[in-house]
Amino acid sequence: MSTVAYITARGLFGRRRVLLLLPLPLLLIGLAAICKAYDVSPDQWGQPVVVGLGLAVVLPVISLIVGTGVLGSEVDDGTIVHILTKPLARRDIILAKLLVAAGVSAVTAAVPLFIVGALANSVRFGLALVVGAVAGAIAYSALFLLLSLVSRRPVLLGLAYILVWEGLLGRFVSGTRVLSIEQYVITIADKIAPTGMLDGKVSVPVAVVMSVLFALGGTIYAINRLGSFSVAGETS
Amino acid sequence: MSVVQLENVSRWYGNVVAVNDISMTLQPGVTGLLGPNGAGKTTVLHMMAGFLAPSKGTVTIDNAPTWRNPGIYRSLGLVAEREAVHGFLTAKEFVLACAKMQKLPDPAAATKRALELVEMTSAQDRRIDTFSKGMRQRTRVAASLVHEPQVLLLDEPFNGMDPRQRVHMMELLHRLGDEGHTILFSSHILEEVEQLSGLVQVIVAGRLAASGDYRRIRRLMTNRPHVFAVQSSDDRRLAVALIGEKSVSGIEVEADGLTVRASDYGSFTRVLPRIALGEGIRLRKLLPSDESLESVFSYLLEA
Repeated sequence: MSTVAYITARGLFGRRRVLLLLPLPLLLIGLAAICKAYDVSPDQWGQPVVVGLGLAVVLPVISLIVGTGVLGSEVDDGTIVHILTKPLARRDIILAKLLVAAGVSAVTAAVPLFIVGALANSVRFGLALVVGAVAGAIAYSALFLLLSLVSRRPVLLGLAYILVWEGLLGRFVSGTRVLSIEQYVITIADKIAPTGMLDGKVSVPVAVVMSVLFALGGTIYAINRLGSFSVAGETS
Repeated sequence: MSVVQLENVSRWYGNVVAVNDISMTLQPGVTGLLGPNGAGKTTVLHMMAGFLAPSKGTVTIDNAPTWRNPGIYRSLGLVAEREAVHGFLTAKEFVLACAKMQKLPDPAAATKRALELVEMTSAQDRRIDTFSKGMRQRTRVAASLVHEPQVLLLDEPFNGMDPRQRVHMMELLHRLGDEGHTILFSSHILEEVEQLSGLVQVIVAGRLAASGDYRRIRRLMTNRPHVFAVQSSDDRRLAVALIGEKSVSGIEVEADGLTVRASDYGSFTRVLPRIALGEGIRLRKLLPSDESLESVFSYLLEA
């Protein structure tokens, strides 16, 4: 299992794709630093930067890049076969991939969010955002890992989830928020450090239970899908 | 000693039948899986390797089903047609990773042995990215052999190999076969199996067309009529001379040369230059024109 994680991590950092992870966190920190430098009141920039950019874009997009990268890229180029032709329980393969995906996403998103939270309000707020981001990274990673097994276009599907479901519908149709990981993150972070900047639309129990459901459900379904992974005969 | 068994196996995709009611048993030794492109060879191999569920029938290795059964990979190695490898690893890292995932007691020693077996030791510390097709192929073979599987499946293993590498790979497969491993390799090029004295399974259009000793099948192949396109300095005179030959069964005179049907490949190709020399005719072109695999295999199907 550790070998699978090792190859996965090497593959993730060995591809140029890893550079995609840099601009968003830098933008997040940069924006907050500029606002702070010009003494703009956090009341004005806090919410758009932390929620609008940090939680609505940086966290899910980074989880998407990483989550589809750990398995989707191997499915795409066929290298997954080398891992599947081993007497490893499919559970161990998925867990190793999930561990790498969630770990990398959590670190990449939580560090800038902590800095921004500390700049905008307090260290306590920053830590609250870290907890939210870690929970969110796990749930997102499980979801995007699963998407790479059920679809040949996991990035597209994932973007649709982030942009359309969470971004667009979440704003207008209140029911969709129950299935929005972004909302769980906001609620969890707000519960730990209430600031008025975060406006959780779901209750705390819903946020916690649903996060766990996303993580567990995605993982279990992904394990099952990997067990019946088919390689279609190539007609090309 | 392991036995791979297919019992009345069919596989369809929607309305398309890729594999149609195939039963075969693979014994220890080297077996060739022959057939034109698109005949269903890869589908059969993928079902054997547990990467595809048969729509009907059963695929087993030593009575254990291959589908949804990762345990079989302890005694099964697969070299897929797709060349994908983790190119960011070196050959050694890649094979070692495979050895570790196989949970071998001594992965380093197994890696060394597997790389020596395919003669990749000298290049083992280079990234796979930088390898030629043949080297990549050998690296993948090493990775599939690292746990010394009883059964080894190879999908078009000779693609992209130069003749020397081909011979070497053949020898390797033979050696493994002689040691009691069950080896199956697929190919769409009959001549690749030339050196094989073992068993051959021929698949045409999803069905098992022939099965048995390679020499018997080869004989069927060589006895079929051959068509040649011939151009010379005097086509008509050549045609007159040729028609007296026993090995020639028909000639058509066309604007751009002759189409000659020969019943025996060998004696026709021997007799043609002699006749041309005797008649003082200069041969400009001699081309076997029905050597397309489809025609070869469909002839086999009729036989």
